[in-house]
This record gives sequence, structure tokens and C-alpha cells, in this order.
Amino acid sequence: MLEIAVDINNVYKSFDGGQEFVLKGMNLKIPKGQLTVIIGFSGTGKSVLLKHILGLHTPTSGTVSVFGQDLNTMTMEQKIKFRTNLGVMFQHAALFDDITVLENVCFPLVEHRRDLSADEIIDIARARLKISGLDEKHYHKLPEALSGGMRKRVGLARALALNPDILLYDEPTTGLDPILTEMVDNLILDTHRHQKGTTSVVVSHDLLAAFRIADHVVMLDKGKVLLEGTQEDFFNTDIELVSRFISKGFRKD
Amino acid sequence: MGYWAKNRHKINNAIDDFFLGLGRSIYEFFTYTGQVTLFFVDSLKLLFLKPYRFEEVVKHMEFIGNKSVLIISLTGAFTGMALSFQIYLGFLKVGATNLVGPTVALGIVRELGPVLTGLIVAARAGGAMAARLGTMRVSEQIDALEVMGIEPRQYLVSPRVIAALISMPLLCGVFDFVAIIGSYFLSIHVLGLDPAVFWDKIQLWLNPVDINEGLIKAAAFGVVFSSICTYKGFNTKGGAKGVGEATNGGVVASMVLIIVVNFFMTYFIRFLKNILPGF
Repeated sequence: MLEIAVDINNVYKSFDGGQEFVLKGMNLKIPKGQLTVIIGFSGTGKSVLLKHILGLHTPTSGTVSVFGQDLNTMTMEQKIKFRTNLGVMFQHAALFDDITVLENVCFPLVEHRRDLSADEIIDIARARLKISGLDEKHYHKLPEALSGGMRKRVGLARALALNPDILLYDEPTTGLDPILTEMVDNLILDTHRHQKGTTSVVVSHDLLAAFRIADHVVMLDKGKVLLEGTQEDFFNTDIELVSRFISKGFRKD
Repeated sequence: MGYWAKNRHKINNAIDDFFLGLGRSIYEFFTYTGQVTLFFVDSLKLLFLKPYRFEEVVKHMEFIGNKSVLIISLTGAFTGMALSFQIYLGFLKVGATNLVGPTVALGIVRELGPVLTGLIVAARAGGAMAARLGTMRVSEQIDALEVMGIEPRQYLVSPRVIAALISMPLLCGVFDFVAIIGSYFLSIHVLGLDPAVFWDKIQLWLNPVDINEGLIKAAAFGVVFSSICTYKGFNTKGGAKGVGEATNGGVVASMVLIIVVNFFMTYFIRFLKNILPGF
């Protein structure tokens, strides 16, 4: 039986005490060590779900557990410790724009690995940048001097800095051209293979990418899980919305 | 039927709308003030949690303090000269020009020094704080800090507030000093007053307690503008428009509150002086 990394249990979420729910009784188990891709149309709650896993949002009701720890009951100190186990690659990389590429990757290490010397931190950062495939000549540039694809590489290297157990990718290919999209997909896949035992969760609306890289695909609709399973499960389903999503997804490319 | 009787409903509605609007504005003002105060208190608490951010405090002191010295000096010099000239013109009518020095000095150290320093630094550094944090919010850099296990308010807000609290009295001291030098220059070299009388009267009238009053006010204004501007920036919503609104809102609210707080502090300090003679 598969171990569960993230357990979303009957989660409802509304904002500012409103009656309009973005997540409406979401139930989802993300298996440990696998690459899960969460797909869905815009506004179905993908990013909100991701923010619940990160502990940035608190559910209106229901529970979110990561490796058996309920995020709702954690103190601030516990949450800070828990987050060192997560690596996140943001949609637009979210690099700190006043420090260089290398300093960006060093940042989480400087904050959390005070036992390491400056040289050791730089060595680790360089190793992570190497995994992400960024050329060494860019290490001392500011993020503004990099292209979109390069920034994603730096974002990935920074996410890998603390060697996390869970890697999360928020819309990693949004706004990229098809060649860069494939490059980022391959990067995610290579990283997942390289980081043995890491659980990867990708939030995307790119169906092709989902089928290309995922072990486990989850489709959301109206704040709930519509279907989850393998590529075959998606092709063999009778659910009309899934079929429509698949046909549109393939027609697009 | 008279005009009032005919339009009674409209008038009643207009009065209702007026008082509802007024009530809502007052409610929003107090809610906002409460939120900013809580934000400040929480940020202050976080400052005492590990890891300590001394380096960040020094970095922001350099930005708020060191980089404001030139503009503060320039403003101080011209304020001192302009004030001296106006007071000289007034006192000339009653033959009291020997009191120009102490009057300027008291006005500067108690009121104009802290208030103008507060307004200038709020516009320069406060605006930059709101814009910086706002940009970090909309580009997900604050989220990135949080998911890296770094408390963003401890890293971004607390050092800025403490840096403003420490830097503002120092800047106010610079302003006071340069303004009095400016006043001296104009009074002696342009208006032809006696330098010995100028300094003698200042020494006679100006007490350390007056200087302290201004420095305490400046520290309070530092807390006011840094709390408001970091609050605005930290809670920015939307894209570039949101950053613009946060910056503008932060600076305007800071400036207005500095003036308002100054009035109440002046009264409060006077009250303290009355009940505590040694204060």
C-alpha cells in the first residue's frame, strides 16, 4: 500500500467569511515519492489547494495533513520547521530581486543551516544550480538579467536548497513557449528522478505536460476532485468534462 | 406645501446618508488604526525572537538615516533661515530682534525639527518601504519567504520599524543643528544681529528638556510612518496598481498622522511637565 504524503480531508475554503466557497469538500491523498500533477480549468481552486498544502491558507473547515502532521494545529515555530521540508517553485520564480542568483540559492541555507560555513553553503548552492542546469556564468547576475526559463531554473535550485521531502511547482510552464515548456517539464522530471524519495506536486493547466511527467494525475473542478488516476484512467473515463478537457488540451498543441 | 415638506423624504435620506457615511468613516478609521497598531506590536514582539536581525536593522538604518542626511540638512538650513527672517520681521515691529535666536531655536527643536524630519523621511523612506514590500507581495517574494520557513514580518517589518525608531531622533538632531546654524548665518551675516546676543539668549532660553521633547516626538513619528508604510506594503493587493496605491496611501496616511500625533504629543508633554516638574 502506498504511503501518503499529503492528506486533504473534506476541506472547505471561503475568503473573508463569505459564503462563496473556492474549495467545496475537497478530499485528496497525494502518494509519497510520486510525481502528482493537479490539473483543472482556471478558477477551480488549484492554487488555493497548493497554498493549503504550504500552510499559507487555513481551511474554513476540514484538515490538511502533511506526513501525518495536521497543519491547522501547528504553532508558528512548528510551521517554520515544517516548511524547511518543503521546496516551492513559484509561477514567476519569486526570486529576491536585490540579490544575485547564487545569493538567492544560498538564502534558505544561510537562514536554516547555521551549522554550515560560508564556503559549504556556497558549494551546496552551486551543486543545486548545477542540478537545475543553469550555466555558471549567470551565478553572479541579478535575477532581472535572466530570461524566464533561467529564472525558473534558479527558482528550482532555491527550492532544492534544503533538500526537501516535498517539492511543489505552481504553474511552472505558464507563459512559456513550447520549447521552454518542454525544457521545464524535463527539468521537473529529471529533478524528481534525481531527488530519490521526494514527493513532487505540480499544479498546472497543461494537460500534455501532466501526461508526459506524472505518475498520478488529479483533475479538479468547482473546488472538488473530479477524477484522479493514471493517464489510462483519464482516457477511459465517461466523465464528459474530462473528455472535453482532454480534447481541448490536445487540440491546443 | 413648502419646500421642506415636499422634499422631506429626500432630505431625510440625505441626512441618513451623511451620518451613515460619517459613521462608516469613523469605524474604518479606528479599524485601520487598530490593525496598524496590532501589526506594529506583533512586529515588535517578533524582533525578540531568534534569529535576531541586527544586520537588517543596521542595513535599514543606513537607508533611512544615512541616506536622508543630505536632504534633511538642506531642508533644515533653509527652514532655519526662512523662519529667522519671518520672526525678525515680526520682532522688528516691537523692537525685540534680540529674541530671534531663542524663538527660532525653540520653534525648531520642539516643533519644526521633528515634524519636518518626520514628513521628509516619511515621504522618502516610508514611500520606499511601502513600494518595496508591495512589490515583494505582488511578485510572491513574501510568500517565498514564508514557505522557506522565514517569518516575513520578522525579516521585513520589524527591522524597518526599529531602524526608523533609532534613526529618526538622530536625523532630527541633524535637522535642529543645521537649522540653528542656518538661522545664525542669516541673523548675523545678513540681518546684522549681534552673534553674542544670539547665542547667549539661546543658551538662556533653550533647555535640554526642549531638545528631548523634539527627539521623543521624532522617534514616535518614526514608529508612525514605518508602521503605516510597512503595513500598507505588506498587505498590498493586485499588481502594479496595488503597489502604487499602497505607496500613495502609506505616505499620505503617515503625513497626516504625523501632524495629528504631533499635536497630541505636544499637549501630552505639556501635561506631563505640569504634573511632573522635573520632566
